[in-house]
Amino acid sequence: MARLIKTEKEVEGHYTETWVVVEEDVLEQWPAGPRAVVGQPAPRIDGHERARGEARYTADLALPGMLHTAVLRSPYARARVRRIDASRALTAPGVRAVLLPEGADLPPQHAPEAIASEPGAIGAALAERARVAPLTSEPGYEGHAVAAVAAETQAQAQAALRLLAVDWEPLEPLLDADDAVRRKSLVSEPRVNERGDLERGLAEADVVVEAVYRTQNVLHNSLETHQAICHWHGDGELDVYISTQFVWGVRDAVAERFGLERDKVRVVCEYMGGGFGSKNGPGEYTLIAAELARRTGRPVRCALDRRDESRAAGNRNATIQRLVAGARADGTLTALGGEFVNAVGWDGLSASTAGPMQLLYACDNVRTVEYGARLNTPPNAAFRAPGFVEGTFGLECLIDELAAKLDLDPLEVRRRNYATTDPVNERDYSAKGLERCYQLAERHWARRDDVRARSDGAWKRGVGLASQIWFGAGGPPSYAWLRLNAEGHATVITAMQDIGTGTRTAVAQIAAEELGFPLARVSVALGDSARGPFASISAGSSTTPSMGPAVRAAAADVKRQLLEIAAQRYAVDISTLTVEDGRIVAGGSRSWPVEEITGLLGDGQLLGKGARGPNPTGMRVLTFGVQVAEVAVDVGTGEVVVERVAAIHDVGRIVNPLGARSQVEGGIVQAIGYALSEARLLDPASGTVLTKTLDAYKLPTIADVPEIVTEFVDEPDPHLTNLGSKGLGEPPIIPTAAAIANAIRDATGADVRSLPVTREEMLRALREARERERDRLGAPAA
Amino acid sequence: MLESLELTVNGDRHALDAPVGRSLAEVLRDDLGLTGTKIACYEGHCGACTVLLDGVPALSCITLVHAVGGRGVTTIEGLREHPLVDAFVREDALQCGFCTPGQIVSASALLAANPRPTREEIGHAMAGNLCRCGAYRNIEAAIASVGGGR
Ligand code: FES
Ligand code: FES
Repeated sequence: MARLIKTEKEVEGHYTETWVVVEEDVLEQWPAGPRAVVGQPAPRIDGHERARGEARYTADLALPGMLHTAVLRSPYARARVRRIDASRALTAPGVRAVLLPEGADLPPQHAPEAIASEPGAIGAALAERARVAPLTSEPGYEGHAVAAVAAETQAQAQAALRLLAVDWEPLEPLLDADDAVRRKSLVSEPRVNERGDLERGLAEADVVVEAVYRTQNVLHNSLETHQAICHWHGDGELDVYISTQFVWGVRDAVAERFGLERDKVRVVCEYMGGGFGSKNGPGEYTLIAAELARRTGRPVRCALDRRDESRAAGNRNATIQRLVAGARADGTLTALGGEFVNAVGWDGLSASTAGPMQLLYACDNVRTVEYGARLNTPPNAAFRAPGFVEGTFGLECLIDELAAKLDLDPLEVRRRNYATTDPVNERDYSAKGLERCYQLAERHWARRDDVRARSDGAWKRGVGLASQIWFGAGGPPSYAWLRLNAEGHATVITAMQDIGTGTRTAVAQIAAEELGFPLARVSVALGDSARGPFASISAGSSTTPSMGPAVRAAAADVKRQLLEIAAQRYAVDISTLTVEDGRIVAGGSRSWPVEEITGLLGDGQLLGKGARGPNPTGMRVLTFGVQVAEVAVDVGTGEVVVERVAAIHDVGRIVNPLGARSQVEGGIVQAIGYALSEARLLDPASGTVLTKTLDAYKLPTIADVPEIVTEFVDEPDPHLTNLGSKGLGEPPIIPTAAAIANAIRDATGADVRSLPVTREEMLRALREARERERDRLGAPAA
Repeated sequence: MLESLELTVNGDRHALDAPVGRSLAEVLRDDLGLTGTKIACYEGHCGACTVLLDGVPALSCITLVHAVGGRGVTTIEGLREHPLVDAFVREDALQCGFCTPGQIVSASALLAANPRPTREEIGHAMAGNLCRCGAYRNIEAAIASVGGGR
C-alpha cells in the first residue's frame, strides 16, 4: 500500500524534511553473506560495450542538422562588459545565432527586441539577448559565460567568437578567503554548531593541541567533458542528451527554466564518462544549447573543452581550518573546536567541512563555525564527499597530533572516543561497524615496526591511519519496472544512470538474485526519462541503496506472477515453489526450466513494479571505515611515496565485491592525487587559472598507484531496506589524505598541515620538526 | 581548403576530402563514424585518443590526418577481438570506460613489443593514458594477465 509519510532526505550530507509517497517494503532481507548472484564478483554487464568503444556517450552523439556552440567566457576574474558588437560574428561563415547578455550595450543593428519577438525564426542569423541561458555582463570569475555563438561546425563557432568585439572593464577581484570573511562576502550565513561548552572542555583537558590546516582547490577533470545536445520538436517538446549524474534533476531544472511542464522535457544519458559530483545539474551549457536550439530550430550541441573544465565545471573548494582539541591524559576527548573557512568561489554550496568533527567522536564539548567565502573564483561543485574529504584531513591529523602529544597509540585514542549513539542528536545508529573496521585494521596497523625498520638512509618509512564517517543511506522515491519475456529473459527498466560506478551491474545482480536467474538472463534499460520511472541521483553514495531495493521489489512482483502461473500449469501448491538458477523448483524434488512457463506467454510479458521503501525513522544511517597508509619520505628532497593503503569500510551488504573493490581503489587513487599532487593554481594577482591543461594539472598516473588492500565488514544493515546496502562511492576517498599525513608524521616526526604535500611543504614541515627538537633539547631543565 | 587523401583504417581503405589541418581524431570520429576513439583533452595530454599507426601508438587528436600518409591506422574498432578486451572486463579495469579504448590500444602496442612486461614496464608504457576513475591497478592486472606476467 502506498503511504504518505514525512521523511528526512539526505544528499551529500544535507538533510531536508519532505513528504514522500512510499510503498511498504515488505520483503525480508536476505541473510548475510554471498548468495547465488548477490555478493558474488561480477564483471560489468556493459564492460564489453565500453571496452570495445561501442558504448555511445553524449560526446559520441550527433543529430541530423546539429549546430555547434562556442561560449565566450570572461578572461577576467571580475569585469564589466560595457558593450558587445556582434556584427562581424553574425556575418561569419556558418553562424546561425548569437546570444548576448543583459546589461551590455548592443549596437542598434542587432535590433534585439524586434527579433526576440519571433522566437524560433529559421534562416537568418540572429543576435539577441539571452532570456533563459545564464549569460552575464558582470562576470564574477574567470570563465563566467558572457555570450554564445551557434554555427554549422565547431571551428566556425570558435572563429566567430573571436569576431565578437567586446569592451571589457576589468575590475579588482576578491581572491582571499579570510579577507572575504572579514568583509562578509559570504555565499550563506555562517553555520554554527555547538554542544556542551568548548571553553569548559578545554579547561578540563590535560593536553590541548591547536593547529591550522589548509586544503587546496582541486578539479574533477572527468574525462568526458560537460556537455549536452538539445533538440526541440513537436509541440514544444525538448530532448536533452547530456552527460549527467541525475537524469530527473536535469529534466526538472530545464523544465523550470523554460516554463515547461516537466514531462515535456526528455533527458537521455545511457553512458557517461565520469562526473564525481560535478554533473548533478544541467549547467549553463545545457541552458545555452536549449535556448540556441529553440531560436534556430535546429539541434544544438554545447560542450566544454578541457580548459573550460578547469574554470567553468566546478571544483572542490580550498579550505582553511583552525582547529583545537583537548583531552585527558588517558586520551578521552574533552573538547573539539574549529573555525572553517570554505573558499566556495563565486557561487555554490558551503559544504559541511565541520561534519566529521561533529559526527565522528563522542565528545561533550564541540563548537564549530563554518564560513562560505564568496570570491571571484570559479564556483565550486560537489566533489565526492564534499566537505568531509577536507574536514577529515584536518580532524584526523589533529587527533594524531594529540595522540603524539599524549604519547598514546593513535588507534587507541580513536577507540577511547568511540561514539555508540550519534553525538549530535543522540539517535541510535541503524548499524555501526566501525569497531569491526578497527579490528580488521589491526593486522595492517601491526606492520608499523616492520615498516619503520625498512627505513633506509634518507628514506624514512612510517604508517598512519584515519577514520571515515559519511552518509550513504539513499532514500525514496525511486522506482523500477521489470519485464520478463517468453524466452525467460528479464529486463530491469528504470531511468537511472550509471556514471561508472557499476550500478547497472549491481541492479542486474539484485534482480537476478530475487528472480532466481543467472545474471546473464537479466539486462538493464536505463538513462531515459521518457522510458522508465523516476530514479535516484547518482551522488551522495545513494544509487545502489536507493535503486537496489526498488529493483528487488519489482523482481519479486514478477516472480510472484511466474510462480502463480507455474502452480496452475503443474498443479502444485504455490507455497512449495521457488526459482533457482533459471529453473522452477517444486519442494526440492521436481524442477522445470523457466522457459516452460514463460513460453506460454507468446507475445505476452510479465510486468512487475517496485518502489524504494522508507528509511528507518529516528535512526542515523551512516557509513564508516578506516584506512591505514604506509609511506616513504626522502628527508633530503622532500619526496613522498605512498607504498601501501589498506582500506576497510562498513557500507552494509556488498552487492558486487569486484565492482566494490574498484570503487575503493578509484577513491584512493583520487585521494592520493589530492594528498600529493593535485592543485588548481590561480594567478594571485589576476585570479585566473594557471593549471588549465592535463599537463599542468597533476593527476595520478598508473605509475603513482601503490599496493591497495580492500576489505569490507559486509554485514547487511538490519534496519535499512530489503537489501541492507549503503552507498560506497564516497567513503573511500575520505580518510586517505589524513592517513598519508599521519604516516608521514610516523616516518619523520614532521607535521604536514597543508595539501598537497609538495616537496616544499614536506621540507617546511621537516625544518619545523627539527627546530622543535632543537628547542626541546636545548631548553634548560626545569 | 579541402585536400583529398587516402586513409587505411582497420584494413579498410577510405578516400576522402578533408580540410588541411583536420586532425585524425576528427576524421575517425566525425567523418568515418568510428567513435570508439575518445577525445578528452584535444591537446595531447591524456591518451584517450590513442590509435596505432603501423602498430605504433599515436595521439590522434594531435596527428594531422594529411600527415598519416600510407601508414595503416588501427583503432579500438580494429581490436574488438583482442584478448585485452576480455581481460579488461574480467579484471574490472574500467569504470566509466571513457579512457578504456585508449588504454587498450596503448596496451596492445606494449604487448606486441614486449609480450611479458614487468610492473615497471607497464607503468612506463601506460603512464600517458590517464584514468580519472583510477582503475589503474586493474588495468595493470588486465595487461599482466594477457601478457602472462602473472
Ligand atoms: S584527447 Fe588526445 S591526448 Fe587527450
Ligand atoms: S574508467 Fe573512467 S577515466 Fe578511466
